[in-house]
Amino acid sequence: MYDRKKLAGIAARRKKWQDEELAPTLRKSPQRLERFSTVSDEEIGLLYTADPLSNFDYDEDLGNPGQYPYTRGVQPTMYRGRLWTMRQFAGFGSAEDTNARFKFLLSQGQTGLSTAFHFPTLMGYDSDSPRAKGEVGMCGVAVDSLKDMEILFDGIPLDKVGGTIQNDILKEYIAQHSWIFPPEPSMRIITDILSYCSDNVPRWNTISISGYHIREAGSTAIQELAFTIADGIAYVQAGIDAGIPVDRFAPRLSYFFNAHMDFFEEIAKYRAARRMWARIMRERFHAKDENSWKLRFHTQTAGCTLTAQQPMNNVVRVALQALSGVLGGTQSLHTNSMDETLALPTEQAVTVALRTQQIIAEESGVANTIDPLGGSFFVEQLTNEMEEKAMEYVRKIDEMGGMVKAIKQGYPQREVADAAFHFQRLVDAGKKRIVGVNAYLSPEETPIPLLKIDERVERQQVARTREVRRRRDAKKAKACLAALKEGSLAPNVNLMPLLVDAARGYVTLGEMCDTLRETMGVYTDPAMF
Amino acid sequence: MATAKGKGAAAAPKKAVRKVRILVGKPGLDGHDRGAKIIARALRDAGVEVIYTGLHQTPEMIVSAAAQEDVDGIGLSILSGAHNYLFPRIIRLLREKKMGDVVLFGGGIIPDEDIPKLVKKGVDRVFTPGTPIQEIVDYVNGRIQPRK
Repeated sequence: MYDRKKLAGIAARRKKWQDEELAPTLRKSPQRLERFSTVSDEEIGLLYTADPLSNFDYDEDLGNPGQYPYTRGVQPTMYRGRLWTMRQFAGFGSAEDTNARFKFLLSQGQTGLSTAFHFPTLMGYDSDSPRAKGEVGMCGVAVDSLKDMEILFDGIPLDKVGGTIQNDILKEYIAQHSWIFPPEPSMRIITDILSYCSDNVPRWNTISISGYHIREAGSTAIQELAFTIADGIAYVQAGIDAGIPVDRFAPRLSYFFNAHMDFFEEIAKYRAARRMWARIMRERFHAKDENSWKLRFHTQTAGCTLTAQQPMNNVVRVALQALSGVLGGTQSLHTNSMDETLALPTEQAVTVALRTQQIIAEESGVANTIDPLGGSFFVEQLTNEMEEKAMEYVRKIDEMGGMVKAIKQGYPQREVADAAFHFQRLVDAGKKRIVGVNAYLSPEETPIPLLKIDERVERQQVARTREVRRRRDAKKAKACLAALKEGSLAPNVNLMPLLVDAARGYVTLGEMCDTLRETMGVYTDPAMF
Repeated sequence: MATAKGKGAAAAPKKAVRKVRILVGKPGLDGHDRGAKIIARALRDAGVEVIYTGLHQTPEMIVSAAAQEDVDGIGLSILSGAHNYLFPRIIRLLREKKMGDVVLFGGGIIPDEDIPKLVKKGVDRVFTPGTPIQEIVDYVNGRIQPRK
């Protein structure tokens, strides 16, 4: 990309500058820190110049937007054509409560929806299960049956939207821990979904391969990138092994990344992710359809960086993180609300979060051109390093026999726990400074209003679910569950049509999952620390 | 359940002063174990015998593990919002098992206004987000002794 002769000259002049100008300055006044590093503790240099990029090739390493390897973006016009989708993850209390929040957000200019389910739903328990006690509607919306879904999306123009299910079980074992079944039967459910959706709901995004939770559990940026791509590889391989041609399902895979605090590290991560996935899909899996090569992703700002201290400062953190997602070329974005270390967001807090995206989109000017940081010495070098270091992890996981095996050995779990511990030690030692936590403390905190979940939600939800069970066609429900049980024992049967039938017959989620727990077994936490 | 016993710790002669034994517990259905694991590791590094329950524990499972392991203290990490149910329930079960002297502490996402209520019900100490680990280690070392 650069003239070699010129590069040699630049390098020589840099050396001279280092010896004659920089060194004397450093002797007189040393730098603020002994070592500068990212939030992931990757060392950052004083100055980035062209010479380390001497082998850099514009066409091979960047390409134009919408062209392989998509480093600059997956669409030829990016945000000049259409802004990213502003999609706030929302859910609390009852289906009615969340439906009202959805409608409020849409009325404020939100352009997509994302449902946060409460933990009993994620773990496959109905609201009247003893396991759900105290948790109904607390961290998301309570959904037990189709009845709740009907209320949840009442009055929302579903015909106008596509959809995505998260459906990424591997990151559950690594980080988020909302699992039900062991890895193998879980992977079967995923390949059943891939196959069912490619035939029946071709516009549906079948998996959102998620690094978000891996990062929230304390991983570094490189680990987030590496483990997420390795999860993606595992799903593609599972689809191929199940006999589905790669180009039939790969275009519907999408990604989900965290927008953490270190601005440039995050931007480099998104750019590296696109390039890695393009190369993996073309060279490793021999996908032919260009849409299989494109890594499309959702971004959410990092919940774990929000502080309970001086919570108003979180608005600023979220704005910086959101900006990194936009400069990294995200397809959709969730901005956290300032109060989310304390509770689910109030309407006022979530409005500020949405407005943050709208200000970036409409006022900052960053959406006027594509990949404005492309070609920056620093950003390109960071992107290269990110890819190299993440690929080292990917190779290591390949050597272990793939992600499912690596998870069974506890490898990614251990790596994440080690990184989380290391970061906490840096914070406690004051080597990483967090405003309001270990620097710039305020003697007095101003409390902010918090959302409360009414205790009545649990009682009403339990009553509704029992009513659903009473009113449905009991014979049909029983038959659906029997068919599901039988299907789960036959590896060649696709479970999806059976699950859809059961849902239509108002069989509850807990009943379906109880049936599958019987035949597929349950996964329990290895509890390593 | 993972234990971090030193070699032969379980078989140590009764007269020797044994290490303080803490159960780190994750009640409820949420999967946020980053804090619990960091605390477990820091306490272990500080010489405490740590038993970590793993995720998704019911109050009954936690109290039964505490009885089985004969612990001196229980640290609960709760980020699901269910703290007002889980803490009192565990205290009641401990008292039913005549283990009311086991020191119960915890942390997570717990609004300030709920803390006095929890303390009144018998929670010894609630740590809020941003607490340095050393503060928790010092608390355990200073407050919790081997029982009996």
